[in-house]
Amino acid sequence: MFQYVVRRTLGSIPTLFVLAAITFFMMRVAPGDPFSGNRRLTPEVLANLRRAFNLDLPLWEQFWRYIWGVLHFDFGPSIKNRDYSVSELIGIGFPTSLEVGMWAMLVAAIIGIALGIAGALRRNTSVDYSVGAIAMVGLAIPIFVIGPVAQSYFGLHLRWLPISGWGDSWTYRILPVLTLALPNIAYISRLMRGSMIEIMRTNYVRTARAKGLGERRTILRHALKGALLPVVAYLGPATAITITGSIVVEQIFSIPGIGRYFVDAAINRDYPLVMGVTLFYGSIVIFANLLTDIVRGLLDPKVSYE
Amino acid sequence: MPSTPMSGDVLSEARATNAAAPILSVRDLSVRFKLPQGAVTAVDRVSFDLHRGEVVGIVGESGSGKSQILLSLMGLLASNGSATGSARFENTEILGRTAKELDGIRGSAMSMIFQDPMTSLNPYMRVSDQLTEVLMVHQGKSQREALGIAIDLLDRVRIPEARRRIGLYPHEFSGGMRQRVMIAMALLCRPSLLFADEPTTALDVTVQAQILELLGELARDLDAAVAIVTHDLGVIARLCDRVIVLYGGRIMEQGTLDEIFYDPRHPYTKGLLASTPRLDERTHGELLTIPGQPRAAMGDLPGCPFSPRCALRTAPCDSAMPPLVADAGGRRLACHNSPLEDRRP
Repeated sequence: MFQYVVRRTLGSIPTLFVLAAITFFMMRVAPGDPFSGNRRLTPEVLANLRRAFNLDLPLWEQFWRYIWGVLHFDFGPSIKNRDYSVSELIGIGFPTSLEVGMWAMLVAAIIGIALGIAGALRRNTSVDYSVGAIAMVGLAIPIFVIGPVAQSYFGLHLRWLPISGWGDSWTYRILPVLTLALPNIAYISRLMRGSMIEIMRTNYVRTARAKGLGERRTILRHALKGALLPVVAYLGPATAITITGSIVVEQIFSIPGIGRYFVDAAINRDYPLVMGVTLFYGSIVIFANLLTDIVRGLLDPKVSYE
Repeated sequence: MPSTPMSGDVLSEARATNAAAPILSVRDLSVRFKLPQGAVTAVDRVSFDLHRGEVVGIVGESGSGKSQILLSLMGLLASNGSATGSARFENTEILGRTAKELDGIRGSAMSMIFQDPMTSLNPYMRVSDQLTEVLMVHQGKSQREALGIAIDLLDRVRIPEARRRIGLYPHEFSGGMRQRVMIAMALLCRPSLLFADEPTTALDVTVQAQILELLGELARDLDAAVAIVTHDLGVIARLCDRVIVLYGGRIMEQGTLDEIFYDPRHPYTKGLLASTPRLDERTHGELLTIPGQPRAAMGDLPGCPFSPRCALRTAPCDSAMPPLVADAGGRRLACHNSPLEDRRP
């Protein structure tokens, strides 16, 4: 198990290297640079700025310098956010995104799995159709609609919860967490329903019934594990996406997370920030996938860590 | 239902050991499935008795409804299926019961061995948990007691190193070993009624014989009534005391093993036996087959289901289902053209 984790971690280094290379050169192929959008700068100032950020060196050298820096956990300074290094920006924003994202995924997993099981076991009844309706709503209505509607109803109209912002009180968490969770609830409930229906038809569930174990035990002990596998496979990558910050939700609720850096950095051609955020995101995805595989191994004895 | 010589559908047994009341008494069991194209009858008014200590084979080809008989008795029909008629197990009606009501006897007094040991064991649970839960649920045994009983039983079904292997997962066993686990699972609570649905079909030929021998031996020890469903006459010959021949959801013929094998009366039984390759008879050329295909809408058409394929077919065969008549020895036959000699009035 420990060996497996080490092996997978080492195996992710080439992946991250390729990710870094592609991002780096693609970014440079695109026209413009970090200073092209600004008010007119004199050629002397521009040259000085470019020298300060090493943009005057040959591209290959810049790339190797960047990789060298990354190997020392130095992701360089942000070009647009003066006085901040990329690591600092991620360090400031990530805990907030992580908090919102983890809660959202936790809520989504619990509610989604419960709804999915209910739909599968009460198939083609009003329960099933209600679950289906919730899923359709969650999948069809984008979060930039759900968010503001929730704000105006629970925040403005009922005055139950703060409309936006980020404070110490848990009340600030509820709306963004639910908004972020809803599409995942929808997807997970569909996934869970489908796999549960499939599992309930397997021969081994029939065996469990023939053993007279009772419906409850049959479902909890015999059907659930197998039915969870596809959901776990989805949860890993989905969690990676969610905890690295949703630009839309963070904008709507004014949450100081890192979601906005994804877009800001790209628009401003803040090269080090784009690289930093991409590599950070890549690492999280790889980590989430590793975690997914470990959990799958715990659920499914046929998966071995060899 | 007590057997009286007057009743028209009496299944009185010739064997002295079976003079006692049957442990399972099935009367007019029909199983129907609702399909988008309409209702289909898979089992059509089937009646039979099972006694303690006997092994009854139910033989028929694919689609003859043989598995559905067992599944309906276990309350395991697919959700679009329904069973009518009566089935009394130890004088209690078991047909039309809810799953909850059946759970008291399913897995304990009455249990079932399934066809495919590869998929019938839960791949996500250790064999030990799959075995012990039966004892814990039905007999309230502690995990430890249950484990002890389960290990003993795995020894009985001749799984080597049972104490170690019980902690493994099903995929770590071979097919034959998995079927042994399946058999042990069915016998944990010492059932008085055991169903086996094609228990050896998914196994290697060499393993089949061992499993059948084991099954027969264990059933004898328990003095249980066994109903074994198969399309394999070899299985029947090896294990069964009595044989029920099923075609198109109906009983065509029923008799003791010797009666069916050495003196078959029904044209279908004869065809079935003739198309079984035998080592002791050199057949030259092709293997014999019964011409034609089983008809699709079983039991919904008038007449004998076998008539389209029958060599003895006459006019009444297409219009009226021949009644199932019994002789004094309990042998039964449903055919217009090959009656039993000793026919009841």
